[in-house]
Amino acid sequence: MPIELYRIDDRLIHGQVVVGWGQPLSLRFIVLVDDEVASSDWEQELYRMGVPPEMNVFFHSVDDAASALAGYNDDSRAGVLLVGDVDSMARLVEASNGNIRRINIGGIHHAPGRTPRLRYVFLSPSEEKTLRDIERSGVEVTARDVPGAEAVPLEDLLSPGSA
Amino acid sequence: MTTEQASDFQNSDRSDDAVGVRAIVAGHGTFAVGVISAVQQITGRGNIFVPVTNSGLCLTDIENCIGAELDRTGARVLFTDLPAGSCTMAVRRMLRTRGDVVLVTGANLPLLLDFAMQDEGHDIDALRASLERGRASIMMHEQVAPNVNGGKS
Repeated sequence: MPIELYRIDDRLIHGQVVVGWGQPLSLRFIVLVDDEVASSDWEQELYRMGVPPEMNVFFHSVDDAASALAGYNDDSRAGVLLVGDVDSMARLVEASNGNIRRINIGGIHHAPGRTPRLRYVFLSPSEEKTLRDIERSGVEVTARDVPGAEAVPLEDLLSPGSA
Repeated sequence: MTTEQASDFQNSDRSDDAVGVRAIVAGHGTFAVGVISAVQQITGRGNIFVPVTNSGLCLTDIENCIGAELDRTGARVLFTDLPAGSCTMAVRRMLRTRGDVVLVTGANLPLLLDFAMQDEGHDIDALRASLERGRASIMMHEQVAPNVNGGKS
């Protein structure tokens, strides 16, 4: 069973992922791709304790995640892959040789230099360009925080007045 | 009140309401405002809690927001709604540097009511006593279907 969701979410593991997506998709594992978390046992323990016992969490740096994707996609269980920022997803998409076909923008919150696009999506010009580049490479990019919400295509997300 | 209005209200600058605050309640959407309003309605002691919402905030901002309320109020007890929620994750990260803070996840109204009615000045002891009340309050009631055979089988 392939990874069901490739998600950009700066909160990484939290309620929307574990409950909001986890239950309807019957997710049984999370692949958390983050250079800082991958290098910290303490951070890993923090996130591991945030998930129910039936769910496994695996940690990777961006550089070593691409080579591990095939293994996760062969898993008989459903899983989700999380990154915390646009650049990490861009690096992962590039390294995955076409294995990632669609990505979900789940939460990129306010920070200096970012413009509001949706209630839960704020983007800098650089991040907008990177997302456009990802889409040009053949990957479908949509924003959706929870399964019950409508998926917003990147073109609509970045159109003037979308906020 | 919309989520955005609640966020503005919950996380706004409040300089004059720290007196008597014993705990922070942090959670999704309007959870904190809602449950504190219930405590206020039932006991008149809602002002011992300060609400924080995670709406529209990244993890760092949630951590900063909760940290600012801890510093402002002097409270050392934190209640959050969901064990896997972003408020919980933010507080658990803070516990590394704030050893005197106690976190309770999965908070519900009976737990907060019991805590509110405990004596001030013994918050950790009060917390321990309140936990069992909160846990015990969760129960299931099912209507037993009437026996259509009039008791004869």
